[in-house]
Amino acid sequence: MGWELFYHEADEGIRGEGETLAEAFEQAAIALTAVVTEPELVAPRIPVSIEATDDDPDFLFLAFLNAIIYEMAVRRMLFHHVDVTIEGSHMSAVAHGEPVDIARHQPAVEVKGATATELFVGQNNGRWRAQCVVDV
Amino acid sequence: MDLSRLIQRGDYEWELPQKGNMRVPGILYASRALVEAMDEKVYEQVRNVATLPGIVGASYAMPDAHWGYGFPIGGVAAFDPEEGGVVSAGGVGFDISCGVRLLHTGMHIEQIRPILPDLMDALFNTIPAGVGSVGQIHLTDLRMSEMLRGGAWWAVEQGWGKSEDLDHIEEHGRMAGATPEHVSGHARRRQCDEMGTLGSGNHYLELQEVADLYDSEIAKCFGLNPGDVVISIHCGSRGLGHQIGTEFLVEMAKAARDSGIVLADRELACAPAKSEVGERYLGVMRAATNCALANREIITHLARQTFAEMVPEANLTLLYDVSHNTCKDEVHTVDGEQRRLLVHRKGATRAFGPGHEELPPEFQQTGQPVLIGGSMGTASYVLAGLAENEERSFGSACHGSGRAMSRRQARKIWQGRKLVDDLREKGIHVRSPSMRGVAEEAPDAYKDVNEVVESAEMAGLARRVARLRPLGVVKG
Repeated sequence: MGWELFYHEADEGIRGEGETLAEAFEQAAIALTAVVTEPELVAPRIPVSIEATDDDPDFLFLAFLNAIIYEMAVRRMLFHHVDVTIEGSHMSAVAHGEPVDIARHQPAVEVKGATATELFVGQNNGRWRAQCVVDV
Repeated sequence: MDLSRLIQRGDYEWELPQKGNMRVPGILYASRALVEAMDEKVYEQVRNVATLPGIVGASYAMPDAHWGYGFPIGGVAAFDPEEGGVVSAGGVGFDISCGVRLLHTGMHIEQIRPILPDLMDALFNTIPAGVGSVGQIHLTDLRMSEMLRGGAWWAVEQGWGKSEDLDHIEEHGRMAGATPEHVSGHARRRQCDEMGTLGSGNHYLELQEVADLYDSEIAKCFGLNPGDVVISIHCGSRGLGHQIGTEFLVEMAKAARDSGIVLADRELACAPAKSEVGERYLGVMRAATNCALANREIITHLARQTFAEMVPEANLTLLYDVSHNTCKDEVHTVDGEQRRLLVHRKGATRAFGPGHEELPPEFQQTGQPVLIGGSMGTASYVLAGLAENEERSFGSACHGSGRAMSRRQARKIWQGRKLVDDLREKGIHVRSPSMRGVAEEAPDAYKDVNEVVESAEMAGLARRVARLRPLGVVKG
């Protein structure tokens, strides 16, 4: 598994790892869903496009997460996975998910936003890693 | 936290000495046991806040301080705009003006106990709670702007509140200086269906019984008697505040980077209060504060509707409404001089003492009611602000107990359904759409609130008035 939740006293740390930066983003997006519910409970029925641009990979990652959080909030959806393409400073992605089903998803908490706490985007032991704490 | 790096100034006061690039010292108010139990990150965060430009006095941590992002949760810091002082989006947080209000019901526990399960069902069915929930109010752009200017006043004008509530809300129900025109389309979109919703996580509506009195004279002034049933509502500015926090955190962090300001932690994202971005943030943060005040007023209206049907003899009146994620323009006396400061309280409650001009006449003798939230199975508290906290913490006190473990750890230990059953055995009726959410919010996942409020009193921040025991909880 290329994603995990890491410890934060009040909120949740999310971490994605992969062979590429895009893959690390994709894995972090699954961790983001795991903060709310079990990702495997979410059906990838509806695609939602997301885009962001930033020269700084750290801020690009925050923009990516915040775009997903925004779509989760206004569409009242959860996402099973996200396909990510990164070219230079531009990220385009398609998030695949479905509307929140309270009985089936048992969503624990809304994610309010991505923070710069424990924010890291870069290589770690030869693999790409993208992580931060999200506020819940 | 390693105590060897702190200087003990009293049984409940610890100094983090000024060194390196700190502009002021840090001060922690808590018992030895609470400070020892604090995460090392609290030390770092108190120290980091002390490095920010224009900070006055000290970087303070309340007895419930725990690891936040940028500022510690339970952090208080004041900045002087005339001396390059900053305003920090990270110092307010994502849930702008999150807070607690306490309502009297005029009912005694013995009158409510027979109908408690049905009453909790009715409240749960009336008040939207949890992930993805929507309210019955849909706001157009124009009405959204009116709400962002008017706060609880707007809710009352719409028929979703009572005018007698307004003086018992901080800022008298409406934060001046809001600039809805600067609130983004994304923030508005996130809020348009969320008025009158509780949210999720640690937000709740709780029915409580006044269990113990610590100061019967102040309790009498507050209208609190043993056996009284009261209602606590804990929630904030919902999606609008979350989006504003998100946008300004990034904008301020980039602005700091671009102007060569080295932040000890990017989450301390801030800007000079007198800069364009600083002033713009203050305007939209005040709009989000009004959103929170309106939201709690609307939820109160929904609770009143439910009680009118279920318990017609009840009369829901507001004791007080306090916010604990704020930045407020306040006048404080520093070294004998009156100064206008931007006081950031991140997971900390304003707690003005007796005689403060901001308080309504009925609280002039007692000090401001300070409302300390619980966690389903544990107690909540009503405190009263003490005059001496003006010198100690810019008129601030704690806000809750703080988590003792992460959500993931809690999920491994407890099962939501069993927790609900166990709490029912204890006479506490929990209603929630998510059993996973209940598990993550298990009462024992929080620190001992009794020790926190005792420390607040012993440190001279606020006086204990009453302890409240939970009867029923609507949890998001």
